[in-house]
Amino acid sequence: MLTRKISARLSARRRSRFAAPAVLLLALLASGGVYATLSPASADKPTNDAATIAKGRALFAVSCSSCHGMNAEGILTQRGNNYGPSIVGVGAAAVDFQVGTGRMPMAQPGSQALEKRPAFNSQEVSELAAFVASLGPGPSIPTSADYGIGKVTNSQMVQGGEFFRTNCTACHNFAGSGGALPKGKFAPALTGVSEKHIFEAMLTGPQQMPVFSNGVLTPEDKREIIAYLKTNEAAPSYGGFTLGSIGPVSEGMFAWLVGIGGLVLAGIWITSGTARVKKKKGDVA
Amino acid sequence: MTTTASTNGTKPAAAAKPSPAAGIANWADERLGIATSAKKQIRKVFPDHWSFMLCEIALWSFVILLLTGVFLSLWFTPSMGEVVYNGSYNQLRGIHMSEAYASTLNISFDVRAGLLMRQMHHWAAMLFIAAMLVHMMRVFVTGAFRKPRELNWIIGGVLLLLGILEGFAGYSLPDDLLSGTGLRIADGLMKATPVLGSYMSFFMFGGEFPGDQIIPRLYTAHVLLIPGLLLALIAAHMLLLVYHKHTQWPGPGRTEQNVVGYPMMPVYAAKAGGFFFIVFGVVALMGGLMTINPVWRFGPYNPAQVTAGSQPDWYMGIAEGLLRIMPGWETHIWGITMSWNVFLPGQVAPMALLGIVLAYPFLEQWITGDKREHHLLVRPRDAPTRTAILAAMVTVYGLLWAAGGNDILATQFHLDLNTITYFMRGAIFIVPPLVFIVAKRWCISLQRHDNDMLLHGYESGVIMRDALGGYTEKHLPLSEDHAYKLTARDRDVVYTGITGADSNGVPAPNVRVDQIRAKLSKAWFATNVQKPTRAELDEGHHHAELEHEHDAPLEDHAADGHQFDGRHDVTGDDLTHKH
Repeated sequence: MLTRKISARLSARRRSRFAAPAVLLLALLASGGVYATLSPASADKPTNDAATIAKGRALFAVSCSSCHGMNAEGILTQRGNNYGPSIVGVGAAAVDFQVGTGRMPMAQPGSQALEKRPAFNSQEVSELAAFVASLGPGPSIPTSADYGIGKVTNSQMVQGGEFFRTNCTACHNFAGSGGALPKGKFAPALTGVSEKHIFEAMLTGPQQMPVFSNGVLTPEDKREIIAYLKTNEAAPSYGGFTLGSIGPVSEGMFAWLVGIGGLVLAGIWITSGTARVKKKKGDVA
Repeated sequence: MTTTASTNGTKPAAAAKPSPAAGIANWADERLGIATSAKKQIRKVFPDHWSFMLCEIALWSFVILLLTGVFLSLWFTPSMGEVVYNGSYNQLRGIHMSEAYASTLNISFDVRAGLLMRQMHHWAAMLFIAAMLVHMMRVFVTGAFRKPRELNWIIGGVLLLLGILEGFAGYSLPDDLLSGTGLRIADGLMKATPVLGSYMSFFMFGGEFPGDQIIPRLYTAHVLLIPGLLLALIAAHMLLLVYHKHTQWPGPGRTEQNVVGYPMMPVYAAKAGGFFFIVFGVVALMGGLMTINPVWRFGPYNPAQVTAGSQPDWYMGIAEGLLRIMPGWETHIWGITMSWNVFLPGQVAPMALLGIVLAYPFLEQWITGDKREHHLLVRPRDAPTRTAILAAMVTVYGLLWAAGGNDILATQFHLDLNTITYFMRGAIFIVPPLVFIVAKRWCISLQRHDNDMLLHGYESGVIMRDALGGYTEKHLPLSEDHAYKLTARDRDVVYTGITGADSNGVPAPNVRVDQIRAKLSKAWFATNVQKPTRAELDEGHHHAELEHEHDAPLEDHAADGHQFDGRHDVTGDDLTHKH
């Protein structure tokens, strides 16, 4: 009854001159509100004050600008190829991953930035991240609420395994041991990588990796994948030595070296002696 | 009356108590007549050499495969029916999978010793085929495939092929992600058949890949059909071995008519039986300590998924390599796609390789014209062309094998995947001929070295210094046994071919083919080094005796070299220093 009353009243005033602006205002509020709640580029934390950003800019100018340009706008080669890409809008998460794992700054140009000892401490990494985040909106650094796997149940972890096999194994291998990509590029091993960095890698798609944004794999899906990886890392190697967990190639090598090699040696031993049970002193075989 | 004692003993002699084993043997013999029929075989002589043990690795691996395979078959469910996994492996609990995969997980995690048996079975399979291949190489490089053993060579080749098929079926049975990927490749290979491909694939899978038929069908092949064929052919292989008798290395007392070695009972039975336990022990250690095919990490097969490092077991590595380095050639004629990129490496190349291997004994016979019986082996250096062919074949095999693991090479050695592929495309055509040439020249050098040793003796390591300050090394004659071994071979005869017409003016038939044979025979034999003639040997011995006479006064004397070189009479020489 009440709804009918309201709709009747609204219907009566639909031709009022305030009707159109009111609807417009409502629509704007709704779209803005929905965008604010659903947008992946949530606003950064309050640590991104002007002083932090200024420190980050100084670090950036020293260590990053030679390839990425003074304002992170990227540098082109004379032929028009990328020397260092623009990193405006990559977000703080990308900086935290690339610099936090030591991939950036690169030691030398190459097909892929290699993981190494990080050149900056965590304070400096967050300053750099704040500077890059200030250039344009992008994914912010995830918190432990995003990547923590403490609350993931077993069935969710199993689900994470399915996500992993569907989206990740083609490059990273069934056990996360890594795999080859064309032209000297590769998918790195996932063992020993922190939860945060795995989450950031999926979120930002570093190097050759595609972006698995929160719209494609929700933070919960990502947590499940991380839980699957971490469960396997903690599980014992049920079959003995893993032989690298890289598939049948290493198994074949061990079959030949240990199996055939060892048995040929045994065959040599068996046929090298005479039929006599005990050798006398001074006997020559 | 007196009794005469022949002994001082106080107790009467009694027969020793027969051993229970002898009693049982006698009981059986009186009823079955084993002794009479076994009398000959029980004393059968086998020659002793480490390379003759390679076949036993294969045989004993096969026995282990039968034993562990029976164990696995008690728990394995060959079905593609869908179930929800509820076993004890947490990471997969609640996932939908085939009964085959669920039962494999069950064997791995919930059946006592199941994982050990699975891993032993898989390692034994790897060794079975590897041992067959090494055995085959040994037979090839020593010429043991020659008459009368050509048929046994063919049986051996078929055994190797069956072993590979059996291995592939076993690889596919667990229905994990890797198995399914392998089957997908098999499906692709079949579909590359011109015109008939898709029909063949639908026939094999009972519909569109993967269907729900393939696992039960492969199971029948894996536990019944192929093992039956393997058993029958192994029996035939060994019966022929007994009939032909084992080949042996040449040496004093060893001829084409005899076999020198140890009798079956008790020596060879003990050696072979002991070797079984060693093989079993090695396989058990590998199965217990080294992970093979961790199916639980792969997950159930899902055609939408794939993993990096998807490779076949090593024995299919060359097929994988051929596929990986083949350029992507395709042609479209009359609405039909010819996938040369799969058809050539996947179907034509393996068939051609198998055909060449099986036909090899007959090809070589035709070229060399050697149709005599051979029971004495040839040292690899004394058949340089054959040895070089093996070296080249091994090179092709190794290159393709490496190409099959190009992504693993790339990740493990930080190489570029594409560069490996481009390199292999060229290398399989360029490297084997180079290896052929090097191996052949190497053999010929070794033959020259043998002749040197026969004519001049071996290098003794005793260095002599003569009056002029030059150094010579003393050579000592070979022992007769050693010299016999080096000379126990035939001289090679290059076939020159028939030419022109015979005395009646009739032109020789098939001159063209005969000329090809003559050319091949020349290429085969012409550069070989022949063993020295009797005259050369006598000359060599005479020379050695003279040398020995010269050296005799020097024996047990420390020669300082300033005074004499041991070759000239020094009596009367003023040997004191004049300076």
